Amino acid sequence: MTYENLSPIQFDALREIGNIGAGNAATALSQLLDQKVNMVIPTVKIVTFDEMMDLIGGPDASVVAILFRVFGDAPLHVFFVLSIEEAEVLVQTMTHNSTFSLMDENSANKINYSVLEEVGNIVAGSYISALSDFTNLNFQPSVPHLGIDMAAAILTYGLIDISQVSDYAIVIDSKVNSEDSDNTMKGNLFLLPHPESLQTIFSSLGIKEYV
Amino acid sequence: MYKVGTVVRVGIADLNTVREPNTIRTLGLGSCVGIVIYDEQKRVAGLAHILLPDSSVTKQKSINEYKYADTAIPVLVDRLLEIGARKHALKAKIAGGAEMFKFSSGSDLLRIGPRNIDASLNELNKLKIPVIAQDVGGNIGRTIEFDPATAKLKIRRVNREEIII
Repeated sequence: MTYENLSPIQFDALREIGNIGAGNAATALSQLLDQKVNMVIPTVKIVTFDEMMDLIGGPDASVVAILFRVFGDAPLHVFFVLSIEEAEVLVQTMTHNSTFSLMDENSANKINYSVLEEVGNIVAGSYISALSDFTNLNFQPSVPHLGIDMAAAILTYGLIDISQVSDYAIVIDSKVNSEDSDNTMKGNLFLLPHPESLQTIFSSLGIKEYV
Repeated sequence: MYKVGTVVRVGIADLNTVREPNTIRTLGLGSCVGIVIYDEQKRVAGLAHILLPDSSVTKQKSINEYKYADTAIPVLVDRLLEIGARKHALKAKIAGGAEMFKFSSGSDLLRIGPRNIDASLNELNKLKIPVIAQDVGGNIGRTIEFDPATAKLKIRRVNREEIII
């Protein structure tokens, strides 16, 4: 099936996936940070590869991304994307070390990278397990892969499979925001289903309308 | 007199050509490869930003030729000849092809960066276009900009010094 002719019901189903997944992820993040975390209603977009990079500030914006390859019944990629500053705030909150800087080689040690990977693991893990409960499908996420670089350089990894069959990607974009008096932290959760996975997901939800 | 040029932007799976005093740029190359082909005397250049090495394995019926190394490079050469470049004078510089993530297991598909480099060099070799300089591999993203007036390729990387090849 192609992305271009998804029905409104199918769009709604994908938005609901984003909703449930991000709701769970926000709860997990809230417990982890011991702070109130809000989520924004997810958006489902069919975008060209260039447009996808614009969703997170342009192709050469520096970002921190934690990538999960998800295997199982319906393979997909999940990215948890933060700006450099947001990732620093996150690590500072977790480690109670307010001087941490990602771009400073001395302070950006392994423990701090590991903190980021673990946060990504918890956030994306809860997203994926909600997705699994909702669809009754089996998902097996990989270990987290941390990347700190230009947005396009990192996100194209999620496009390698998709780009073999399409010039568009479907992005389920959910945002979670923490509310701290000093710092706000916004994270984007990107779900990139492989084209053949869409069919599996829709079938599992009982959506038989392929028009 | 000093002339101010504009910057032509090339997207992902895209290509374009440029003439002095303009420059041409593409952003955020990861595993993708940016291939610059130019005619130094005529001061024209073209840039292709390829995403995948090989069009023969595609499952698509109609393909975007700009997406694959083996199809984008010949198209780029044709476009350059149309705007006055000379076939025998063409030279190339390439950048990109990083491995942004190291996966311990996984298919060959994931080593896409090195495969993109190989496919690009292979195609350039087939067309007898010499590769003058390259900055490829590693695990870093690159933004590149080529100036046809000087034939220099400027490479910007996150948190590192800019280099010119």
